[in-house]
Amino acid sequence: MSTPLLQLNSVRQAYGKQAVIDDLTLALQKGKIGCLLGPSGCGKTTALRCIAGFEPVLAGEIFLNGVCVSSADVFVPPERRRIGMVFQDYALFPHLDVAANIGFGLHRLTAAERARRVDELLHVVHLTEASEKYPHELSGGQQQRVALARALAPKPELLLLDEPFSNLDISLRERLSLEVREIIKSQGITAILVTHDQAEAFAIADEIGVMHRGEMQQLDTAFNLYHRPANRFVADFIGQGVFLPGKVIGAQQIEVELGILENAVPHSYEMGSTVDVLLRPDDIVHDDTSSLQATIVCKAFRGAEILYTLRLAGGARVLALVSSRHNHTIGEKIGIKLEIDHIVAFQQL
Amino acid sequence: MIIWRWVPFVAAALVLAPIGVILSSVLAPADEIWQHLFETTLIPLLLNTFWLVLGVIAGTALLGISLAWFTAVYEFPGRRFFSWALLLPMATPAYVTAFVALGLFDFTGPIQTALRAWLDSDLSWFPDIRGRMGVIIVMTLAFYPYVYLLARNAFLSQGKRSLEVAQSLGFSRRQGFFKVVLPMARPWIAGGVMLVSMETLADFGTVAVFNYNTFTTAIYKAWFSMFSLHAASQLASLLIIIVFIAIVLEQQFRARMRYAETKRSAQAQRIQLTGWHNWMVIGFVVSVLFFAFFLPVAQLCYWAMQSFTQDYDVGRYLEFLWHSLTLSGLASLLICLVVIAMVYAVRRYPDPVTRYAVRTATIGYALPGAVLAIGVYVPLVWLDGQLSELALHWFQIETGQLIQGTLAIMLIAYLIRFMAVSHYPIDSAMQRITHSVDEAAMSLGVHGWAMIKTVHIPILKPGIFTAATLVFVDVMKEMPITLMTRPFGWDTLAVRIYEMTSEGQWEQAALPAVTLILAGLIPIYLFMRQTEI
Repeated sequence: MSTPLLQLNSVRQAYGKQAVIDDLTLALQKGKIGCLLGPSGCGKTTALRCIAGFEPVLAGEIFLNGVCVSSADVFVPPERRRIGMVFQDYALFPHLDVAANIGFGLHRLTAAERARRVDELLHVVHLTEASEKYPHELSGGQQQRVALARALAPKPELLLLDEPFSNLDISLRERLSLEVREIIKSQGITAILVTHDQAEAFAIADEIGVMHRGEMQQLDTAFNLYHRPANRFVADFIGQGVFLPGKVIGAQQIEVELGILENAVPHSYEMGSTVDVLLRPDDIVHDDTSSLQATIVCKAFRGAEILYTLRLAGGARVLALVSSRHNHTIGEKIGIKLEIDHIVAFQQL
Repeated sequence: MIIWRWVPFVAAALVLAPIGVILSSVLAPADEIWQHLFETTLIPLLLNTFWLVLGVIAGTALLGISLAWFTAVYEFPGRRFFSWALLLPMATPAYVTAFVALGLFDFTGPIQTALRAWLDSDLSWFPDIRGRMGVIIVMTLAFYPYVYLLARNAFLSQGKRSLEVAQSLGFSRRQGFFKVVLPMARPWIAGGVMLVSMETLADFGTVAVFNYNTFTTAIYKAWFSMFSLHAASQLASLLIIIVFIAIVLEQQFRARMRYAETKRSAQAQRIQLTGWHNWMVIGFVVSVLFFAFFLPVAQLCYWAMQSFTQDYDVGRYLEFLWHSLTLSGLASLLICLVVIAMVYAVRRYPDPVTRYAVRTATIGYALPGAVLAIGVYVPLVWLDGQLSELALHWFQIETGQLIQGTLAIMLIAYLIRFMAVSHYPIDSAMQRITHSVDEAAMSLGVHGWAMIKTVHIPILKPGIFTAATLVFVDVMKEMPITLMTRPFGWDTLAVRIYEMTSEGQWEQAALPAVTLILAGLIPIYLFMRQTEI
C-alpha cells in the first residue's frame, strides 16, 4: 500500500482541560473522498481545522504526503500545506466578483495563466455566465460552487470541506452533494469533508469516519457502517433501528422474540448470554402469510415506502419498512417475518 | 386625522430650514466683509481644516484599526478589560482632553517645568503642543473609539475567518491581513473614519482651546467679535458643503456594509499571543489608554482638589450644574417625544415619502453646532421681528422679543442635532413590535390604548430610556450651540469650561469637566450592558 495522502496518528487537541479530539487516527489514500461524520460537538470540525493548520495539536502527528505538518513540536502554517478549504459559510469576498474570488489564490501565476485557470474552473462549476456577478447576487448553491472553485483553483493536494451543505435547502443537499462529488472526482483531488448529515456523507464520500466525543468510532464504507456497525453508538447514529433482547443459543444462532436468527458465519458471543440485537427497518418484511403478527402503533408515509412502528405480542416495538402499496391502518395486525443474513448484536449493558 | 402623521415632515422641515437659510446666504450679494474674509482668512481656514481632518483621519485609523485588530483576534492578559476600557475616551469631551493636554504639556506646564529643572536645559527641542500636531493628537485620542468600535465589529464577525481563507489560499498571516482582512473591513473602517471626520469638522471646543482657526471658530468670531451674522453664515455655508461631502461618502459605505454582513462566528478561537508580542501589544494598549483617558482624568481630579483649597465657589458650580441638567432634561424630553411620534408615523404610514422625511430629519447630527446655531438663530430672529410687528400693527401691543431670550432657540437647535441620536434606539425597539405582535394582541382581545399600555410601552421602554440617556449626556457635553444661543445668564458646565479655558484657568475648569466625564460614562455603561463586545 502506498503512503496515504493524509494520515493522522493519535491526534489530540483540547480547549482548556476538555479534550475535543482524542487519539484520533485515520488515513486517506490519494484520490479518495473521506468524511468525518458525527453529531455536533463530536470534534469533527476541530479535526478538520487541525488538518488545515488553523489549530495546533497537543499530541500525535498529522502527515500530508508522508511529511509531518503537525505534532507537538512541528507546525507548518496553513499557507504552506497546499490545502484548499470550503468554509461552512463559504466566506466569499463580498467586494470581489466571481472571477476575482476564484482567482484570488492564484497570486503566483501570471495574469494570462490566472485568467485561463479561472475560465477553466468557471466551466467546471458551471458558472461561466456568472463570472462578473458579486456574491450577494448569487443563490446559495451558486455561492457554494464559487467557494469550491476558489478552493480548487490553486490545485491543492487536499481539499477540506466544512459542513459544505448546511446552509442550503434540504431538498438541494443531496443533488448538490452528488454534483460536488463529481467535480472533485473530475479534478482528481483528494478531499475530506465534515458533516452531521449521514445522507450527505453517503452521497459524497468513499470512506466515512464516525466520530463521537472526540474519538473515532469506526472508519468504513457507508455499507459497513449501516450493516456492520462496530459499536452501539454507530448502530444508533447511522440509520434507524431498534434493539431487541436476544439469547445466544448456538454458535450461529441467537433467539429473539421474533424467532431464531441464523448468522452465515459463527459469531463470537458467549453461549447462553443475553445480547441486544439490532433490527433495521429493512430486516423486517411484511408477509401476510406469516404466523408472526404485530400491531401497528404508528405509521409514517414516505412515498415509496411506509415506515410502520409495530408492537410485538411481548410489548417490544420494532420498525418495518414496507412498500407503500400495503396501506394498513393503525391498530391493525399484520404478519411479519425476519430477513437477516448478518446479525449485529452487542453485549447487554 | 392623526397629528403624528405629520411629525416626520415637520421634523424634516426643521432640519432643512437652517440648511436652506445658510446656503441661501451664498447667493446673497457679497459685501465687503465677505471680500475681506476671502482675502485674509479663507485660504488659511481651508488649509487648516484640510490638514486637521486629514491628520485626525490618519491618526484615528491607525489607532482604531490596530487596537480593534488586537482585541478582536488575539488573546492576551487583560484582553476583556481592555476591549471595554478602550471605549472610555468617549466619555471625555474632546475639549476637555484638549485643555488638560495644554495644561500638562505647555511651556509652563508641570512636565516641561520638571524636565527643565531636571535636565537643566531650555527644552528648545520640546515640540510645541499648541501647534497643528497638538490638535491632531488630542482629537485622535478623543475620536479613535469610533473607528475602533466599527472596525472591531468587522474583525469580530469576519476577521479570523478571512485570515483563514487567505491562509487556505496560500497567503501568510501578514499578507492575509493586508490583502483580505483590511479590504473586507473597508466599509466599516471607512464608516468610522467618516464619523470621525464629521466630528472633527463639527468640533468647536478643542480648536478653540488650541487657538487653531477652523471654520467653527471663525464662525464664532465673525458673529461675536465682528458682529457680522452675514459673514458668519457665509462661512457656515462653506462648512456645510464640506460636511455634506462627508455625509454622502458615509452613506455609501454604509450601503456597502449590508452586503458584507456575516454572522459572528462562534467557534473562532483567538490566537494566543506569546513572548514579546504579548508585551508589545499590552504596552501599546496601556499607553493609548493612559494618554487618552487615565492621565487626563487624574490631572483633572488633581486640579479639582486644588481648586477646592482656593475657596472654590461651590454655589456657582451648582448653578452651572443645575442649568446643564435642566437643559439636558428638557431637550431629551422634547427630542424623545418627537422621535416617538416620528417612529409611530412611519409604522402607521410606511410610504416612501414618510420614510424619506425621517431620513432627512436624522441627518441633523452631521450639522456642526456652530452652523446650526446660526441657521436656527437667523430665521427665528426674523420670525420674532415679524411677530412683534404684527402685534404692534394689529393689537397696538409692544411685545418686545418673544423668542429671543428664551430657551426656544437652543432647544430647537438641540432637537435638530440630536434627533438622530435618539432615533436609532427607539426605532430598533419599535422594529421588535412587528405587525404580527399587534395582531397576536388583537386576536387575544387586547387593542387600542390597552395594547399600547400592555404591549408597546413595555417593549419600547428600554429603547426610550437609552435614547433619553444618550441625548441627555450629549446635550450636557455640547458646547457651540449652547455657547452661541444661550439666553443671558444661562451658563452651563460646558460654557463654564469654555470661559475658564480661554483664560487658561485650568483648575477652575476641572470640576465641571470631571462632572461631564462622569455623565459621559453612563452611555458607555449602557452600551456595555447591551452589547457583548
